[in-house]
Amino acid sequence: MIPTATLFFRLIARPLGREPGRTVLTTFAVALGVAVVVAIHLAAQAATGSFRSSLESVTGEADFEISGVGGLDENLLADLAALPSPFRYSPRVEGVALVEPHRYSVPLFGFDLIGDVSLKRSFAGQRFDVDVLRRSDSLWVGPRLASTPGETLRLTVNDLTRDYSVRGLLETQGLAGVSRDSIIVMDLPVAQLALGRQGRLDRIDVLLPPNARLEEAEKVLRDAMPAGVTVQAKGVRLHENREMLSAFRWNLRVLSYISLIVGAFLIYNTIAVSVVRRRTEIGVARALGATRLGVHAVFLAEAGLLGFFGSAVGLLLGRLMADGAVELMASTVNALYVSSTPGEIAVTPVTGVIAIAAGVGASLLAAWIPAREAALVAPTEAMARGRHEYRARQGVIRRLAYAGLPATGAWLASLAPPVAGKPLLGYLSALLLVTATVMAAPALVVGVTRATSRLVRSAFAPEGVVASRGLAAALPRTSVLVATLASAVAMLVSVAIMVGSYRNTVIVWLDQRLGADFYVRPPGRSEAGRHPTMDASVPDRIESQPEIDAVARFRAYPIRYKGRPATMGGAQSEVISRLGNLRLLSGRPQEVLAKLPAGDNVIVSEAFADKHSLQVRDSLVLPMGDRKAEFRVIGVYYDYSNENGYALVDRSVLLKYLPDPAPSNLAVYLNPGVSHEQGRAAIERATAGREVLISANGTLRTQALRVFDRTFAITYALEAVAIVVAILGMAGALLALVIDRRREIGVLRFLGASAWQIRRVVLFESGFLGLLSNLIGLGLGALLSLILIFVINKQSFGWTIQFHMPVALLLGAITLVYIAAILAGLYPARVAARLSPIEAIYEE
Amino acid sequence: MSLDSSNPPVLKLENVTKTYRADGEEVHALDGVSLDAAPGQFISIVGRSGCGKTTLLNLAGAMDFPTSGRVYIGGDVTSGLSDAELTAIRRTQVGFIFQFFQLFPNLSAVENVELPLMLAGGPAPGRTAKQSLEWVEMDRLADRLPHQLSGGQMQRVAIARALVHSPKILLADEPIGNLDETSADVIIKLLRRVARELGATILMATHSREAAQVTDSIVRLRDGRIEEVVRP
Repeated sequence: MIPTATLFFRLIARPLGREPGRTVLTTFAVALGVAVVVAIHLAAQAATGSFRSSLESVTGEADFEISGVGGLDENLLADLAALPSPFRYSPRVEGVALVEPHRYSVPLFGFDLIGDVSLKRSFAGQRFDVDVLRRSDSLWVGPRLASTPGETLRLTVNDLTRDYSVRGLLETQGLAGVSRDSIIVMDLPVAQLALGRQGRLDRIDVLLPPNARLEEAEKVLRDAMPAGVTVQAKGVRLHENREMLSAFRWNLRVLSYISLIVGAFLIYNTIAVSVVRRRTEIGVARALGATRLGVHAVFLAEAGLLGFFGSAVGLLLGRLMADGAVELMASTVNALYVSSTPGEIAVTPVTGVIAIAAGVGASLLAAWIPAREAALVAPTEAMARGRHEYRARQGVIRRLAYAGLPATGAWLASLAPPVAGKPLLGYLSALLLVTATVMAAPALVVGVTRATSRLVRSAFAPEGVVASRGLAAALPRTSVLVATLASAVAMLVSVAIMVGSYRNTVIVWLDQRLGADFYVRPPGRSEAGRHPTMDASVPDRIESQPEIDAVARFRAYPIRYKGRPATMGGAQSEVISRLGNLRLLSGRPQEVLAKLPAGDNVIVSEAFADKHSLQVRDSLVLPMGDRKAEFRVIGVYYDYSNENGYALVDRSVLLKYLPDPAPSNLAVYLNPGVSHEQGRAAIERATAGREVLISANGTLRTQALRVFDRTFAITYALEAVAIVVAILGMAGALLALVIDRRREIGVLRFLGASAWQIRRVVLFESGFLGLLSNLIGLGLGALLSLILIFVINKQSFGWTIQFHMPVALLLGAITLVYIAAILAGLYPARVAARLSPIEAIYEE
Repeated sequence: MSLDSSNPPVLKLENVTKTYRADGEEVHALDGVSLDAAPGQFISIVGRSGCGKTTLLNLAGAMDFPTSGRVYIGGDVTSGLSDAELTAIRRTQVGFIFQFFQLFPNLSAVENVELPLMLAGGPAPGRTAKQSLEWVEMDRLADRLPHQLSGGQMQRVAIARALVHSPKILLADEPIGNLDETSADVIIKLLRRVARELGATILMATHSREAAQVTDSIVRLRDGRIEEVVRP
């Protein structure tokens, strides 16, 4: 019996050490795959896991929060105070201030600085002079915004800019994260004034005494509050936010596994090559007493070793990549879902376990089949490689027929509905389609080499003949390599088509929706759930200018419907009907818009309708101020600006429930013959003294597309890593082919081949592999894009996307991949050309 | 050492030495070897393993440079030639046969034979390759892959490949070392025919006394030196 450890050392470890270039390439490929998984894991946690607001870090956690659409009447506090229960209340208003002159946004909070005991920790040691407290320029800030009390801070809040005095610094010790240090606190009445919410509160946090019963307390609070007011246990919103982001996180996770899958393909390839090359030695070792289990274990150990080192390097790389990923993801989360501050990137033992599990797990899984093949080598078998590979070629047609099974499975899975709101069967469909292509890859390699043999012979002889026949002969290795690169290319192509289609759809939608000449809103970054307002007189002043035809006022409120955030909007349907451009899924916009002011009617965006399974004629109950109102859905419209969706009512209906006339956005239409310059000048004239952002139609369109492109930057980054992994793997695999065929290369030199001809053989091989992989990848990618667009996207986000092939982008991408594939052959070609033919021929 | 004074030598080794470094020590693979080989001569090189037979063949085939001394192939000195020039000599003047045949497993017999012509960029390699296979009586199996042939058949294909570009020198390294007696006999007779009918000079390294006995001269090597030259 040969001990497995000895077998491993002699059969595996030594050869690995003798080929350091290839070993390093394979390890690095696995490392990159693991790094992407780790980076996305860390970034997803940091970017979407932190919904504790900055305020909570100052006040500590409450037990309940009371809130309402459009805020709460502050008189509710008196009702609450009259309750016999010993609850503590912490009322507050929330908003955003832009710090001048750099205009970065900082959360602004107003609360009862004297009466609120929850603030004790943050205002430790500070005494409040009521006169100073109530001054309209008094504020307290986190240590990042000022170094000493007495400093002046110039802020823009809503549409007004003015100077404020820093009265004190907040104690932020013990609070995690630098972002907590950027916070502005005012006394409640001062903040209400600054934010334009006199008499209103955004939230009342409720703290229960120790040992209080939560259910009873909730009932007491609910009974005391009007119907439209929401009483929610703390943590429910956090949970809902996490739930809301689960599709986003899911999709990123799935994307992050692509690189790992590509890395696993390479491990498969490495082990398969290892087995093919050591077939004779395995036979001899078996004859000398090595057991099947031992041989299996030895090759699995090779994969495990590569996976382990790849994981270790991947963990470090992943931590580095996480910084960039969290930035991209946080901006997407803020733009599309909910305002939040990214948390810390925390590498924990769990991260290490994930890295090892991903790298070693994927490697062992990938190596299982070739290792099993090694174990099945009979002791008497030391068969010639030619015969082994000839047999592999015989199985090609059988495997092509078997590929029909996963292909059929993919088709059936693509027709299935979502499971628990997630497109699980959509992913399965994509996976089965890739599996079918992998199984069909050998037939495709053989088919293409046969189909092109005449062309290759006449145009690229002799190097092309040697290369293409060599590739077809080494089918087990070549087909894995082609499948690997083709899968990576397919992912790139499918995502490019999906994003390209989506982008094209958004462009068409923007062109239709952005019918006004100018758009006006308060300054600051546009973020989900934040809708700063302008003074109600601003639109009237603009409208009074002779250059202006009409101004459409829009007011948005963040709402929660069935546990998910969304936006409630009030629009002037008469102006939109006359001048705007709204696309409905069904029905005539003019007719639907005409009905909107005629009662409690609502039109909802496609995403909202999809999320909540709503159709025209359904009704939905929304909390409006302190009431609950039932609305009838009279239309569903296309909208791609927010995944959580909109519910739109007429402005008159909105004002009936929420009588605040301040608009959050304006659409300005110019009179015929008025130039853009004249129009802009007229708006500037009308808004003098107010800080507003005036965007021309074209600028807004460009900005929207910029946000779009930024959102998908991470997708492309992930795809690019997958391609890099595949190309690295290709370089490694070509090097393996060269080392494996060194004797043939030596013979070629004996037969009269020059060093340049040898180089050309390898380069032809890499070019051929690149071309074949690109062709297969294009076909597979086009099919995958259909699944992405019509199954996964539709089930995840509910958007209708028109299929569009971004031809120029795809051509550019596959040309780059092709060039990269040829470049991947440069080093192996150099190694091949420099091989000593005498050593190669006589080494055995 | 001149083995035939009647014809000018096609291959000439002049006081050739080849030294390698192995494990920090110098190893003299060849030490002061001189040899002239005329066209059509069939010479066997014999001696124990490691005596320098393969090194001699490699130098004679323009695959390697001597450490000192000169190797003339068709009148050209190999020392100082570039890789491209050495390649040109191999393409036109030298053919190789190996103990383990060294056929390309993925190419058919005729494709293996075509290869040297294709590498040299010659026209219509197919017809010439078939003629070469006919000459070794392997034309009927021209489309078979190597693993579908016996050892003797594979070596005959290898000989056809070595002869396809009509080389002046044929270098055979243990050509029957991997064959049974019957197949070995066929191969040796074939090589004899090559020298006689095609006029190629053959240098054959072998351990087989029987095979050496049918050649024109037997050069016995010992520790890198020519110990004796015998005419059987």
